[in-house]
Amino acid sequence: MKAKTLKAGNRIGPRQQHHWDWRAASNFIAGGAGGGLLAFAALASLAGTDVRALLLGGMALIGAGLTCVWFEIGKPWRALNVYRHLATSWMTREAAVAPLLFASGAAAVVTGHIAFVLLTGVCGAAFVYAQARILSADKGIPAWRHPRCRPMLVATGLAEGAALGAVASPFVITSAAGQLAVAAVTLGLLLIRVLLWRSYLAGLRADGAPEGSLRALAAVDGQFLKFGNLLPAALLLVAALGAPLAGLALIPAGLIAVGGGWLIKYTLVRRAAFTQGFALAHLPVRGRGPAGAAVKPGWGGAS
Amino acid sequence: MTRYVMAIDLRRCVGCQTCTAACKNANATPPGVQWRRVLDIESGEFPDVRRSFVPISCMHCDEPPCEEVCPTTATKKRADGLVTIDYDTCIGCANCVMACPYEARSIVHEAKFAYGDTPIASESVRFDPARISVSMKCTFCVDRIDEAARTGQVPGRDPEVTPACVNSCISGAMSFGDLDDPTSNVSRLLAGTQSFRMHEELGTGPGVYYIWDKG
Repeated sequence: MKAKTLKAGNRIGPRQQHHWDWRAASNFIAGGAGGGLLAFAALASLAGTDVRALLLGGMALIGAGLTCVWFEIGKPWRALNVYRHLATSWMTREAAVAPLLFASGAAAVVTGHIAFVLLTGVCGAAFVYAQARILSADKGIPAWRHPRCRPMLVATGLAEGAALGAVASPFVITSAAGQLAVAAVTLGLLLIRVLLWRSYLAGLRADGAPEGSLRALAAVDGQFLKFGNLLPAALLLVAALGAPLAGLALIPAGLIAVGGGWLIKYTLVRRAAFTQGFALAHLPVRGRGPAGAAVKPGWGGAS
Repeated sequence: MTRYVMAIDLRRCVGCQTCTAACKNANATPPGVQWRRVLDIESGEFPDVRRSFVPISCMHCDEPPCEEVCPTTATKKRADGLVTIDYDTCIGCANCVMACPYEARSIVHEAKFAYGDTPIASESVRFDPARISVSMKCTFCVDRIDEAARTGQVPGRDPEVTPACVNSCISGAMSFGDLDDPTSNVSRLLAGTQSFRMHEELGTGPGVYYIWDKG
């Protein structure tokens, strides 16, 4: 028997999660970009650039994201309980990185010592990684737990950080060679990001996912490709080729690339976040009839 | 060792929702929150159609993803398999809600009552402010299980120490007991029938078995 037609009587298929709203999404949006910016700043500091403004910007973004989350949780005055499960919780680990990040960042801004700058960059990268692990540990949301989601999230965080660095580079990097290097690094990270994004979408379709997730992600795919990656890539190429006023092209390129990353993260955390739904491996035998076929309503792709 | 599980015979469930009502009565859950509910699934194509009823709740998993992600250790798995929440530790971050593939958890941020803002007499008595803005879910009626240790009764056999939903089931579809005890009713039932656990492929090891055919 074909279990083709299913009537989803009462919340059987996947449904969009409503517990994490724009405030939770903001933590992934701002925190990811901020962590990426700190990592980029550490890299830039190796070339002798004064990156204190970038460090302040990265910390401000991470602070803004964490503040948004603080307003979202049900019991904000118990927030310090978040540090109680370092053994397995990536949310605890993300929170544990934050004070170290702010302390080393403050020390780097005050002293300008390279060791503090590098430590802040490592903390920024760790923050981005922890955020990606938070989502991938959430087994209730198939679009998040997919193994290709995590590298894509890390890639976009680092790409956004480099893109923010590109925005700032006309102001903090005076040499043409330095700006060229920023354009090249950002371009490379955008390429990695877009490849991982397409790989993630293909993986979701191949392995199966809630139809709502596939729809929501497909809806932003074209915009993300064209405006989030190709357009900034073209502007970065203009900068890299050394056209007149090329340095100024880094500003819109960076802003657009950051916007693209924020679009897919918002979509992932809010619009594409559909639950697993329910499924039966076997429909029960009734009377003398046979058992029914397995049912899994609301899923699309190959599953 | 003890591993408390539930076995639900889908062949017997008639979708009456008595277990849903019994759970609400036993646990005083607010409107819109059901720690136990029954899915009503219609499938097939005319004339070959069928209707199936599937009681669902927290599955009290062997490897609870909610416990792994909880940043506060408010969610814990006990030695007897029950997954619990400490309302005084939980911060209501909802990470566990996202981690649960069974949609078993709820968070309510303001007091809700059946008839508007004013609680009726029974709601006034049973309202628990500790449950506001924290995660909550089915406990397998943990207070009854704990009572068994004091009285020497057996959960799943003695109604006083058995989850309310199991006691209420009009068709005898729900059973509860210790899977590690080969003489328990659930062990004997599962040994003689074919069953599955929901979303087993996710590696959570759910503690609710759905019986779908004879052995």
